[in-house]
Parts: sequence; C-alpha cells; structure tokens
Amino acid sequence: MTKEARVSLELGSGGRTMREFIAGRILPAFADPALGLLLDASHLPAGIAFTTDSYVVDPVVFPGGDIGKLAVNGTVNDLVVSGAEPRFLSLGLILEEGLEWSLLDRVLASIRRAARAAGVRIVTGDTKVVRQGQGDKLFINTSGIGRVIARPRPKGVRPGDRILLTGTLGEHSVAIMAARGEFGFESSVKSDCAALNFLLPFWKRGVLWMRDITRGGLATILSELAADIPYPLLIEEESIPLSRPVRAAAELLGIDPLYLACEGRAVLIAPENKAEGILAGLKSHPLGRKAAIIGKVGGEIGKKGELILRTSAGGHRLLEPLTSELLPRIC
Amino acid sequence: MNPTDRFRDKNVIAALIREISDIRKGLGAVCRIMEVCGTHTMSIHRHGLGAMLEAAGVEMISGPGCPVCITPDGFHETAIDLLTGRSDLILATFGDMTRVPTSKGSIQRTAPARGSSVKIIYSPDESLELARANPAKEVVFFGVGFETTIPSIAVAAKTAAAEKLRNYSILSALWTIPPPLRAVITSGEVRVSGFLYPGHVSVIIGETPFKFIARDFGYPGAIAGFEPVDILLGVRSILRQIDAGRPEVANEYSRAVKPEGNTIAQRIMADILEPSDACWRGLGVLPASGLRLKKEFGKHDTEKKFGLKIDSHESDRLGCRCGEVLRGVLSPPDCPLFGSSCTPDSPRGPCMVSFEGACLVHIKYRERM
Repeated sequence: MTKEARVSLELGSGGRTMREFIAGRILPAFADPALGLLLDASHLPAGIAFTTDSYVVDPVVFPGGDIGKLAVNGTVNDLVVSGAEPRFLSLGLILEEGLEWSLLDRVLASIRRAARAAGVRIVTGDTKVVRQGQGDKLFINTSGIGRVIARPRPKGVRPGDRILLTGTLGEHSVAIMAARGEFGFESSVKSDCAALNFLLPFWKRGVLWMRDITRGGLATILSELAADIPYPLLIEEESIPLSRPVRAAAELLGIDPLYLACEGRAVLIAPENKAEGILAGLKSHPLGRKAAIIGKVGGEIGKKGELILRTSAGGHRLLEPLTSELLPRIC
Repeated sequence: MNPTDRFRDKNVIAALIREISDIRKGLGAVCRIMEVCGTHTMSIHRHGLGAMLEAAGVEMISGPGCPVCITPDGFHETAIDLLTGRSDLILATFGDMTRVPTSKGSIQRTAPARGSSVKIIYSPDESLELARANPAKEVVFFGVGFETTIPSIAVAAKTAAAEKLRNYSILSALWTIPPPLRAVITSGEVRVSGFLYPGHVSVIIGETPFKFIARDFGYPGAIAGFEPVDILLGVRSILRQIDAGRPEVANEYSRAVKPEGNTIAQRIMADILEPSDACWRGLGVLPASGLRLKKEFGKHDTEKKFGLKIDSHESDRLGCRCGEVLRGVLSPPDCPLFGSSCTPDSPRGPCMVSFEGACLVHIKYRERM
C-alpha cells in the first residue's frame, strides 16, 4: 500500500511551502486575475478592496490580546498595507462544543473594542458549532472590505529607496510562546497586536510598498519583495529595533528575530528623499515610536533578487524565506 | 547597552580583522584553523565572520564538535527498535535527535507501537519528571552530549538511583572532545594550522586536557567564547602563536573558563561515569573517547537493562558525506547532496539536522563578500 500524501503543519507557516501550494494548487484552480496578484487584499472595481483571514491562535487569550482582537486587527492590517481604508468586516465563528460562555463573551467584547478602535463595522456574520475534539475552543474568520486610497507600486521601487520598519520585531511570537509555557521561564513580553490605520496617510506621502510583518517575519516578507524586483535589498542588523526581552529570548532559544511574526508592525519602502520625513511622521505616532530606517534597495553586495543582511559585526549574509515551521497556530 | 554588544562592536571587530590580516601576511602559504565546536561554526557564519576572515587570508573549517552529528546511526536505530518493539515506552530526547535519518528512518517519522510515544525535552530533569509521573511506563532518556551536557545527564542517573526510579534508564551517547582532535591530527588527512577550542566544553574541563596538542604535536590553539570578538581574539592568538613559533593553549575566554575548569562538575562525572572506547561517525572507534554509566548505575543504563547491543558503525548512509565534514576534509557546500537532495526540510545526514551541524549552518547562513 502506498502512503497517501497529506497536508503537514509546515504548509501553514507562511514560508516557501505555502507559496508553492498557492502557486501550484490555488491559482491554477481559480485562475482569476485579482487573485493572481497575491496581494494582502485584492483591489476590485469601484475602488473596493477585499480580503479574508482565519484565526486559529493557541492559546485563545495571550498577553497583550486574544483571538478576537487579532481577528479584527489582522484583517484591518491586510487592507491598510494594500492601500485601502478599512470599512466593513464579516465575522465567522467556529465554536467547539463545551466552550465556556465567559470566554466567548470576553472574545466578543474584545472584537467590539478592536473594531471601534480601527473604525470598522461588523456587518455580517455566521456561527457554527463542532463537536468536542473536532475544533480547539474557537476559530474565527473575518473578511474585510475597504475603500482604495492608493495603489501599492512595487514596480516603482528603485535603487537607493529606503526600507523602514515601524517598530520592534517579534513580540507577538514571543508572547505566544511564553503563554504556551514553551520557555520554562516567565516572560513579560506582550503581543504587539494592533490596528495599523495610522499608516494610511503615508500612502499619500510617497510610500511605494507596505507589508505587515506576520508569519515568516521580516526576512521572509522582504525576500519575497526582493524576488519580485530587479534589485537586491540590503538591511542592517544593527538598525533593526528589538526589545530587550525579545532579544534575550532569541539569544537563549537560538531563534532568529528576523523570522518571528508580529501582529502590529509593518515594513515600508519609500524614496530616499522622502524617507526621513516619513520616519519622523511614523515616530510621532505611539505605534511608530521605535520606527527606524533599516536598509535600502540596491547595494554593492547582493545580486538581483537577493535580500542581504549586513550583520552588526560588519559581515554579510543572504537571508532566505522561512522554509520550515517555526511555530504552528500563531495567528 | 546589552551586555553582549561590546562583543559585537563592529569597530573592535574591524580592528581585530586588520590585525589578523597583518600577522597573516608574515605567515606561510596555508592558514587553516579548525573550529572544533558547532556553536563556533554557527556564530562565525551567522555574524558573517567567515568571509571577513577569508579576505584576511584565514580559512576556518569546522570539526567534530556537534554531538548530534557524531553519534552513529546505531544509537538512533536502537531507540527506534525500542519504540516500535515495546508498548510501554516513553522515549525522551532532545528535538534535533528525533530528525536524524537512519536506515530505519528517523525517530520523528517512526510510528511507535501502540502505548509508546516520543517526548521532546530540553533538559534531563524533564525526563526524570516523566518517569515520576508515569510509573506504569518505561521512560528511556536518549541522552547525547559532550562535556557541556554530560554533568546534567550524570546527575539524572544519580537522581534516578537515589529515588529508585525503576522505570527510568538512559540510552547514553556521551562523548569527550579531546580524543577526536588527536585523531584529526594523527590521520594527517587535513592540514590544520591550529585549533579554536570550544568555550562551553572548556568551562567544564579547563585548559589541561588540550595541552597535549601543543606539547606533543606542536599545534597552536586558543579557547574562545562565542561572540564575534571572542572568536577573533581566539584566531588572533592562534596566529600570534604561529608567528612566534610557540604553540600553547591560550585562554581567550577567561571570563567563563578557569584553567582547572569546573571541578565540581568533573567530580560528578567521575563519580557516575567511566571512560570507554567509543565509535564516532566518520572517525571510527577512538580509545577512551566516550563515557558510560558505571556498573552501580546498571539498572538505569538502557543497554544493560534491556540487554541491547548497539550496532556502532562509523559510516554514513549511501551518498551522505557527513563523516568527511566532521573530519574537516569536506566543506559542506562541496558535498554533491548539499542543498539539492539534502536540505533542512529533508535531511540526508545529521549535519543537516542539528542546529549546530556544519551543513545546516552553511545553508542557513550563506555569507557574501
């Protein structure tokens, strides 16, 4: 008997396996030009942007947030980085039989607060219940509709353009790991989960491209951009902001913060002459206080399509997209 | 400022590289330093020091210092046989160990017999806890390590004996670092100019066990820590020794390593373990290069408890050249399997599995000039 090939957890990591799955199975199956652009949200006729995301985070409640807050902010952020002002969300709940009402109420309250803060309305929804053991507490799907205010222009990226990061890396991943007790030690790190609406005005100030830094982390997201443009990207390890606890956790556990997921950070590309002004603008917002220019497009070291890290020691190495699973069910 | 920052200061690093380059100019044709420890290999490439040193004329090659890598397949195959043959087993081991491919597959891909399971642990203490919490199960701790981890594995055996944990035993693959260095030197297969000795192992064993390398064979060497500045201080010391013609065991990690090492840990090891001949992947059987539980801990020695005989063969599976990588003869990118049929997702040998395996390090941290 031959073993039937099955889906593995690795597929969900947002790395190469996921990209191969999308390119090999999803895109050919539906062959739609809007889908084919693979944006975080698709731009549709009449200035509408549309996106969807499912949330399976474990644990449901973690330091700095819960699955409800995540389900609103994650979808809101996909719209923001696609150049759309978030307006409406749907809410799909999949509940496991036996879920405590108190937990469900808590999550719903958190959804309400997050939606209000992000300026979106929950306008349609659905609830299903599955037998005990056939789900894990609750899963959420949200779809989002936004009004297009700008079109991201990765093809407009030129050598010398600057790469900006809106804040420190990895708090969400580390908070989840700590909440699962995977460290064997206590951690004070809170998830960075937040709505990034404050980035919207920067589309009008010359930003060419934005992505929120979720699964796969900064390195995976920038590697994907590098593969799409005819120039290399160069980032500087010493300019990348990291909080002390994340840095310590990464050192102790041997994990690379460049591959850790965030839920309230984004990476932006802007022309050199506008970068300082945009940086000052980012820093004036509480969610952008730790923003930094972390690198540039081009550089002498890399070849076309490569993402190069200049290490704080002064050496250089190639960063590649995440391949295997770091941590399942992080969002 | 983070405490590690001063050991990563790029100005200090640039100055050290200049100094290394200057000394190097006065030396002979080849300047090749073996970094014995996998953690050094990782740090060198993660920080981009390999290319900087190469530009300064110093070639770094990795050695046999990755315990997961040098443990022959026979140990894993024994663990797999136990998992599939017994219905009451909890096999506790470190994460990397579960992914090493053997002729019987890897532990991770093995379907255990009904009632048996694999548990990934981070410290030997957790394996003891498993035995206490599951008295009806047989807990086998597949413990592997060099002198750095051996003391904690030894303590686990002692604790099990003191608590009379009858359902607990250790399948031990314990290795000591100095003997394979002798083997690398005497085989003459690779021309090495000096050795960068492992910092963590030296914390335990001190400077003395490396002295024969300078005294008997005339090779310079330096104990070094794992930050970029530590490593470059070690390399500079080795080059200075070559330059002066005075080989020794320099200690460039004195903030952690005492000349005599950690005598408490040494005593624990001597109380519980005894030296034995051991078979290393790629190097074969080396006299007194391993440690095994003493007779009085036989009840907690998996081999004795279950009457097993580990088939320790040094060779790699077809096509895999991990053995040559571990001897410093082959640089990972020169292996025909590297990055093609052997990748982190589907490794063909342990050097592509272990966190500090030379092949994984080379694929993960690809340096650029």
